[in-house]
Amino acid sequence: MRSGRFWAWVTFVLGACYFFIPLIATFEFSLRMKRGEYSFEAYKVVFGDPRFQATFTYSAVVAVLTIILGVLIVVPTAYWIRLRMPQLRPVVEFVTLLPLIIPAIVIVFGYIRMYGSSSPLPFLATARGTDALLVIGYATLALPYMYRAVDTGLRTIDVRTLTEAAQILGAGWTTIVARIILPNVLISVLSGAFLTFAIVIGEFTLASLLNRPAFGPYMQLIGANRAYEPAALAIIAFIITWGCMSVIQVLARFAPKSANQPN
Amino acid sequence: MQWLGVAPFFLFALLFLILPTLYLVVGAFQNAQGEYTLDNIAQLFLDASIRNSYWVSIKISFWSATLGAIFGLALAVAIVRGGLPSWVRSATMTFSGVASNFAGVPLAFAFLATLGRLGLVTILMRDLFGLNIYGMGFNILTSWGLIVVYLYFQIPLMIVIITPAIDGLKKEWGEAAATLGATTWQYWRMVVIPVLWPSFLGTVILLFANAFGAIATAYAFTGSSLSIVPIKLYAQMRGDVLHNPNLGYALAFGMIVITGIANVFYIWFRVRSERWLK
Repeated sequence: MRSGRFWAWVTFVLGACYFFIPLIATFEFSLRMKRGEYSFEAYKVVFGDPRFQATFTYSAVVAVLTIILGVLIVVPTAYWIRLRMPQLRPVVEFVTLLPLIIPAIVIVFGYIRMYGSSSPLPFLATARGTDALLVIGYATLALPYMYRAVDTGLRTIDVRTLTEAAQILGAGWTTIVARIILPNVLISVLSGAFLTFAIVIGEFTLASLLNRPAFGPYMQLIGANRAYEPAALAIIAFIITWGCMSVIQVLARFAPKSANQPN
Repeated sequence: MQWLGVAPFFLFALLFLILPTLYLVVGAFQNAQGEYTLDNIAQLFLDASIRNSYWVSIKISFWSATLGAIFGLALAVAIVRGGLPSWVRSATMTFSGVASNFAGVPLAFAFLATLGRLGLVTILMRDLFGLNIYGMGFNILTSWGLIVVYLYFQIPLMIVIITPAIDGLKKEWGEAAATLGATTWQYWRMVVIPVLWPSFLGTVILLFANAFGAIATAYAFTGSSLSIVPIKLYAQMRGDVLHNPNLGYALAFGMIVITGIANVFYIWFRVRSERWLK
């Protein structure tokens, strides 16, 4: 047993080295911009760059819109499947998993061919339309995470009783979903939302191929042309991912653990 | 009437997931005049540069998935079964959650700052040990370099997925084996490995598909110099480098086929592994 513990430590320390050395190296590299001394100059340059501010804001807005669109699609569907059409569950689950099977670059390829300016749905004819298509594309990519998060949340509440109680009190479907179901699965929705945010904020493929001024293509451009700023951007991106994941962990503590429904 | 409740979802999926994909799949079997043909599919195998890009992609995905799964499993076993303090486990799980989502452009930057020509590790090797690794033929901008980079999200993903499976190994099984006189090695060979095997293989396949469709990391890392399928498709979408739009559709179709097959196996292994995890 003692030798087992020894090898467990060896494995853990080797793993920690592989994961921490690149972070330390990137941080050290990002401080080297001024010759002969460590400084936060690279961060100052990045934060002061108007293109950084513009692309980051753009991506943050797109992420928020993606989350709203995702919630609008996923919450009513997952609710309806639980309440009325459980026989459709395997089909819906399969569809939500498709974005993990079809690579993002293939999905956006299809968009570009299908929604050009001469098509019946000419999303790509205008800049606003392309922005909308980008949001839609991200909502598609986020579908597996969003659906699973919301469905897990719904499992812990008694959907049927809540619905009947609300109906007796005279609530319509919109009221039930928006004011009864959504608040009850809010923690799960927020977990899905932060994961979506972490994925969307630095996403490169869709934004680049749809020619949108997003943060991912901006980082790629800086990477191709500058030396120290990319390292600073990598650290910033890592901190954002870390922040989103920490929020999800904190939220998980508030989530109810088990189902309290009778069936 | 109750179909109305799921109509928005299916309409969305149809318009933005299924039809765009079908458009490419149908296009892969057509020529420029819209007649049906298998020429584009045949071209995927006949064109040396396309065949090569599939081969490089499969190689990178295979090795990053296999090594990621092995190292991830070793780390997961160490933190669950190794008798380490409990903070080690929670810290590893938290970090894995972050690192498995830390992919794309910034990840490429991190490794360039580490093992690039001016990276910290490269310089420390030179200054401390007198080893000029680039002089010795090392280069991070190769397929093996990319595999090392991909492991940064593959290993944590393996840890996140396989840890519940290791938790599912019941203590009683070990005790039962010991009562029956099994050695530690026999316990591992006859109980642990057969139980974990389906989840292990299933996750390997998931990691494979994960690496196969990824482009951002590779593109930020090597530009378009490394010829993997997603980068070829990216170039084709940017400027019809194959001079045949339908061949571009076939390229995309080939990607769907490979990730599709991978997922069929994944589902099959998942069903098998869930038998033990109740």
